[in-house]
Amino acid sequence: MIRDGSRLNEILLVKLAPAELDEDTLAWAADGIVAFSAICTHAGCSVTEWVKASAGDGNVFKCPCHNSEFDPRHGANVVFGPAPRRLAVLPVAISKGALVVARPFVGKVGPQQAS
Amino acid sequence: MTIKQWLLSSSVALTCLVSTAAVAGSIETYSAVTAARLENPEPGNWMLYRRTYDGQGYSPLDQINASNVKDLTPVWTFSTGVVEGHEAPPIVNNGVMFIATPMGQVIALNAKTGEQYWRYKRELPEDLFQLHPTSRGVGLWQDKLYLATTDDHLVALDAKTGKVLWDKKVQDYKKGQYLTLMPLVVDGKVIVGGSGGELGVRGYVVAFDANDGKELWRTFTIPGEGEPGHDTWSGDDWKTGGGSAWMTGTYDKDTKTIYWGTGNAAPWPGTAHPGDNLYTSSVLALDPDSGKIKTHFQYHQNDSWDWDEVDAPMLVDLQREGHSFKSLIHPGRDAIFWVLERKPDSIKYVAGWTFVSTDVWKGIEPESGKPILDPAHKPVVGKRVEFCPSLWGGKDWPSAAYSQKTGLVYVPANENFCGGFSGEKVPLVPGQLWLGTKPEDIGLTPRPGADHFGELQAWDPATGKKMWSNNFPKSQLFGSVTATAGDLILAGGTNDRMFRIFDDKTGKLLWEQKTNSGIMAMPIAYEVDGTEYIAVQSGWGVDAARIQDGLSKAGLGIEDNVPQGGVVWVFALKK
Repeated sequence: MIRDGSRLNEILLVKLAPAELDEDTLAWAADGIVAFSAICTHAGCSVTEWVKASAGDGNVFKCPCHNSEFDPRHGANVVFGPAPRRLAVLPVAISKGALVVARPFVGKVGPQQAS
Repeated sequence: MTIKQWLLSSSVALTCLVSTAAVAGSIETYSAVTAARLENPEPGNWMLYRRTYDGQGYSPLDQINASNVKDLTPVWTFSTGVVEGHEAPPIVNNGVMFIATPMGQVIALNAKTGEQYWRYKRELPEDLFQLHPTSRGVGLWQDKLYLATTDDHLVALDAKTGKVLWDKKVQDYKKGQYLTLMPLVVDGKVIVGGSGGELGVRGYVVAFDANDGKELWRTFTIPGEGEPGHDTWSGDDWKTGGGSAWMTGTYDKDTKTIYWGTGNAAPWPGTAHPGDNLYTSSVLALDPDSGKIKTHFQYHQNDSWDWDEVDAPMLVDLQREGHSFKSLIHPGRDAIFWVLERKPDSIKYVAGWTFVSTDVWKGIEPESGKPILDPAHKPVVGKRVEFCPSLWGGKDWPSAAYSQKTGLVYVPANENFCGGFSGEKVPLVPGQLWLGTKPEDIGLTPRPGADHFGELQAWDPATGKKMWSNNFPKSQLFGSVTATAGDLILAGGTNDRMFRIFDDKTGKLLWEQKTNSGIMAMPIAYEVDGTEYIAVQSGWGVDAARIQDGLSKAGLGIEDNVPQGGVVWVFALKK
């Protein structure tokens, strides 16, 4: 899906050692590079920080608005804070030496809706 | 989908429709809200943010009082189905209660029974990001009510049915503008102020015609070129200098003056916006007919700490050192308890003292009321600076209360928190966070040896004497306080999910109830058919949760485990 000009297009890219990635995440990655929607699933802020996890030693993605943390080694699952679910994953591949999008997002981009 | 599955889905949908129709319904009799009723509300109603225009947060009801409050018990509850910080007082008009929740919802309830009349759900844009996803209540006028939304619209609803009557865009949410306050209604005008001080906005207060939503005036809190005070800014800093106006103002009906608190200067480090930066971290006196700034008082100059002063000052007739005067009282985020004298054309400093410990101020200039700074604790671009109290200040937006019976001011204060950050020069990208520091660099540090954090304080504004303090060893105190003529002080605000009632003269805990979540919102007292009720929304989130995150990492054995989800609680005496 293309949302021209929308902040919902914001993507997080990180390159990790493939051995650090779990099986699902490895399948979405290319040469250790994984991509996720940057839109926090809690209140829709842009996840912009790459910092040491509140619990654990490795770095994680962190949302500056309400402190949710996501671990890219495990499909950006929630490891701290109020976010209700993981960041949407954007499967990537390497084609002719370039990083390309392999498939549409896995998971919903954007925050939860109130009931 | 198989035919069988389709039939099942249809059946469920039909059942839901029938179920909704069975409980929902319009309000048959509704008391129109007039200027006279807002200026002099019936004791049993709560129709303004702090019940009365003077912002005192005081209910004259005394059926529930210090001698019988031990018999207080829940009579009904209502789950909002919404998470995040529930920060609105229940608004009550002759037996009808309106609840505003995060994510732009309004629920109309029978205030006696808890039955739902109707529910409004705003469809918020999917690309909206909500730094402060909340609403602090709905304003009332005639048979309409008004909701300020986080996608920066002002919406008028039919109070009887919840149907949308008009919907006005106030500013562009894509540029970091949003609204969280309860609209102030004065003489048929609906007045709101913008949030977004952390997103590079220029603050404003704007009035709309309550009947048709026509914009009547808009006053920026930062003067433009050629306006008085513009010279307190350098270059183009004023265009994005903050001064947001995200809390409801108070109103002096005798002089027809609105008092509106303004937010921090932006971005945070002071050297990023040199000058005094009028009218950030100030109180503005506004003419409700024109929006003209009559006068102002700036609590502190060149704000560098994210110390909003948006909680509007209380209007109290005060006697101090043999002098009777009309005061403005404001326990500030900047740790100073301010007592000012208000006149139609001026606001004068009378007295000020620190009500929590701070290393930022060395004193206050006695004539001007300007705080005297210790520059070692003022954040600047290019280095890390530590300061006390933290960026959440001595008292953040949760309101203090004034009891007309005791003459005391009750303050939800936070002691023993310090903080700091490294100031950076960062270019503004419209619609994105613009703090002047890295978010991960913002610290919350308990002072070494701290034996408590939250303090419910009782101050005598006439003498500056602290009469009592109730301290919370393991929790912040982040919730508004309300006083009643029953000699009671009502407050949530702690991370143990308690709703508490204290004796107003001694601070003694008289009653408490564990609730579903933590309480940030303002408690209220109201009356229906001769019975007094006390009500509050429990629903933790936003800054109370941010402080909790900080506490949980401080090695104090405090867990980050306060559950979210909103519930309206209503209490009465056992019969």
